[in-house]
Amino acid sequence: MLRSNAIGFGLALILTAIPFGLVATKAATPATTLAVIAVLALVQVLVHLRYFLHVDLATSPRENLIALCFAAILIVVMVGGSLWIMIDLHQRMMPA
Amino acid sequence: MTGLAQTKQEADDEIAQSIEQREFGFWLYLMSDAIIFGLLFATYAALSRGSVAGADGRELFNLTRVASQTALLLCSSLSFGLASAALAAGQANHAFPWLGVTFVLGVSFVGLELFEFSGMIAAGAGPAKSGLMSAFFSLLGAHGLHVAMGLVWIVILSIQLRLEGPTRNTLSRLRRLGLFWHFLDIVWIGIYSIVYLPAMV
Repeated sequence: MLRSNAIGFGLALILTAIPFGLVATKAATPATTLAVIAVLALVQVLVHLRYFLHVDLATSPRENLIALCFAAILIVVMVGGSLWIMIDLHQRMMPA
Repeated sequence: MTGLAQTKQEADDEIAQSIEQREFGFWLYLMSDAIIFGLLFATYAALSRGSVAGADGRELFNLTRVASQTALLLCSSLSFGLASAALAAGQANHAFPWLGVTFVLGVSFVGLELFEFSGMIAAGAGPAKSGLMSAFFSLLGAHGLHVAMGLVWIVILSIQLRLEGPTRNTLSRLRRLGLFWHFLDIVWIGIYSIVYLPAMV
């Protein structure tokens, strides 16, 4: 458990330092920086789930994993759907 | 096996089962909370360009402060993990200082957040100013309120640990508080990646 925390903290530190460093130094183009922020955030969520919340595909109770998957699907559908609708509306109401 | 031992065994099983149920129930709560935060993120994304004449994120956000808040929460996740590890290893005395550290880090985080809010409101960018600010205060306020509740929980649990010691019940509560606390750190990853950093790119 101690090891798991140390690994998680180390990884999280790196995954946080990179996006903040990019934004502070403006070392990359805005598009690259945004992509890096998005990818590293997703990776860090997985790192936290694995090393801090101890979610493990082999040892976590099956029903916990199912609940996690279900929540993830709902979030993707609802957030993705809302953004799809709102961006579409935005484009229709503000023609270039 | 005598009758008495059998009864004790049954009582033990019942407690274990009840703890298992409570931990699963808490997990379901966390998942539904994640959905609520997901929708607050969607609301923010939809309204984030709606600052009309008001100030936008570029003028209001402060990279150093966000980095400090991120560091505070991340360190508090580590210190909470160390407290859990100490208790799991049966060293309750080592756990209290780490719980104390977690509490101080959490209070500093909430303090920085309140400082940011009051600065924005003083600058005329309160929640009523624009769609952007309404969504910002809803999302950040919901997260900050969760952290504040977590702080209350840390105090209550520390008192219970002092009074009852590391029993199965208190250890289970500590595991649930750990899930809650680490979950809030995950939400914060979303907040700095969606709210703060993109506005400052």
